[in-house]
Amino acid sequence: MRNVPRPRGRTGAERPVGTPLPLWLPAGCALALILLPVLGLFARVDPARLPALLTSPTALSALWLSLRTAALATGVSALLGGPLAVVLARSRVPGTRLLRGAVLLPLVLPPVVGGLALLYLLGRTGPVGAVLEQRFGLTLPYTTTAVVLAQTFVAMPFLVVSLEGALRAAGTEHERMAATLGAGPWLTFRRVTLPMVLPALVSGLVLTFARALGEFGATITFAGSLRGTTRTLPLAVYTEAQADVDAAVAMSLLLVAMALLVIVVARPRAVG
Amino acid sequence: MARAGAEPSTGEGLSAEVRLRRPGFELDVTCAVRPGEVLAVLGPNGAGKSTLLGTLTGSVLPEHGRVALDGRVWLDTRRGVDVPTHRRRVGLLAQRPTLFPHLSVLENVAFGPRAGGHRARRARAIAREWLDRLDVADLAGRAPARLSGGQAQRVALARALAADPEVLLLDEPLSALDVDTAPAMRGLLHRVLGAQRTPCVLVTHDVLDAVVLADRVLVLDEGGVVERGETGRVLSRPRTSFTARIAGLNLVRGTAVAEGVEVDGVTIRGGTAEPVEPGDPAAAVFAPSAVAVHRAAPEGSPRNVVRVRLVGLEPRGDTVRLRAETDAEGGGVPLTAEVTPAAVAELGLEPGDRVFFAVKATEVAVHPLSVG
Repeated sequence: MRNVPRPRGRTGAERPVGTPLPLWLPAGCALALILLPVLGLFARVDPARLPALLTSPTALSALWLSLRTAALATGVSALLGGPLAVVLARSRVPGTRLLRGAVLLPLVLPPVVGGLALLYLLGRTGPVGAVLEQRFGLTLPYTTTAVVLAQTFVAMPFLVVSLEGALRAAGTEHERMAATLGAGPWLTFRRVTLPMVLPALVSGLVLTFARALGEFGATITFAGSLRGTTRTLPLAVYTEAQADVDAAVAMSLLLVAMALLVIVVARPRAVG
Repeated sequence: MARAGAEPSTGEGLSAEVRLRRPGFELDVTCAVRPGEVLAVLGPNGAGKSTLLGTLTGSVLPEHGRVALDGRVWLDTRRGVDVPTHRRRVGLLAQRPTLFPHLSVLENVAFGPRAGGHRARRARAIAREWLDRLDVADLAGRAPARLSGGQAQRVALARALAADPEVLLLDEPLSALDVDTAPAMRGLLHRVLGAQRTPCVLVTHDVLDAVVLADRVLVLDEGGVVERGETGRVLSRPRTSFTARIAGLNLVRGTAVAEGVEVDGVTIRGGTAEPVEPGDPAAAVFAPSAVAVHRAAPEGSPRNVVRVRLVGLEPRGDTVRLRAETDAEGGGVPLTAEVTPAAVAELGLEPGDRVFFAVKATEVAVHPLSVG
């Protein structure tokens, strides 16, 4: 008699769809590519020195600066990018399709190029930067404000894209219904539109914060790497890596820990 | 195509003239609805019913049009008047309930009163009152996701009414409900609309909705009005074959009695689809295919047997449609039966013949009628 396979798996529950065998190997490699380097980072840590390295003034000041600037960039993104998402999703002004593409630019552009672009626009000799300096005495490059601007430039599209998608998916049916119930556009926005896309807004903000926290290229180009002013955690990791590798690894762990926190606690939709 | 003439619009109630062109489609409608009156807009899919409703709510802008309520102009394309939806005070009950998913049932119903300027506490009190009136007070704390289709539609009706609308618009309110829930909702609408003092427009493709709920009907086809008038007259004596086709069903209007409907001394027995009080106007509704034709009066218990005179025979594909009138002085009730060509041949049926129409009581549904 031939060998008949025995039934396996949980009874009663619906069985999973079969996964083709040839996919398992590349899938495993992909996972390894993501996880192994991070695990390698842990392997490089010297447990004895870790507490001291994590609480060193350099690490703490970089961490504090990173948290502050990323939070500010997220706030600016919410205040400016949120309305942009609504306008892109709801208005029928001609050209919105083109604008929707333009919003994706920072996502595709190398951040260094973004940083350069910001520098040439807002630098002391740039068309806007010169006006700011002469009229208001404001100099942006190499300041903490520049860090926030660079982070916002790179991270805001995450919010705009995810929020716009949610608004489109939600449709306008409920908003039209609210209008028949006597609610004007502003009331409808506050009591219907916003609550309905709140989960998407939160996950978009979490993604934005995470991206701002990891920002490097645009920051170093537009804001430089001034300790305490513009040297955020990623920049500090890069700087330390050339002098004290252990310190760089310790700070990297900080970034990994915060990234995990973002994923686990806030669980953005794109991940969870 | 024959187009029924316009009706004079009076200052009271809702009046609308709408002209709108789209590729391959032109809507050209005038209508007037008096306070407390229910106008059913009947027609097949794509006839322009929902577009017409859209011009009333303000979600669709016609090329030419004038919409006014009690003399107040909501839309006048010639004078450039276009009042936005939220200032028109239209109550809308759509095909789908479209409750706000993030608000409880109570907060959904309180939404309109809140938007109308009431304080939260007063708005909730109004909401409770309406939920109570529509027999869904026990659902107040529920989330919309945890309601059945019928419950959600009741809540949606409560929400529309709680906003104290000056016009009530019903857009296929029963078509998304299953066959078990629709009659109860229809009965509820019958009760609610009977008590309303506002003009009401009901868009539907179901003749039964018009029979039960509407005082007058307007039949739309391909964007134009093909017939309009009092519900009973239009549906029982359709002037266009189109209306006859959509009317389709036999409709005997009379007075409700315990067993069914009485008309001219004849009682048509049937089951009540919605509660009807004896003595109230009611209609017995049954399909022509449920009618059997006999030369001699048939014996047998639960049957309605009516003596009729054949008026016409119309071949219809595999069947023959027999048009007949009950034998009564001063014009009888028109009835139709659908039989096989073989039966016609066997009985030797000809126009003018006097025969018996028999229909089982279980095939007859008794509905309350709208009292305008």
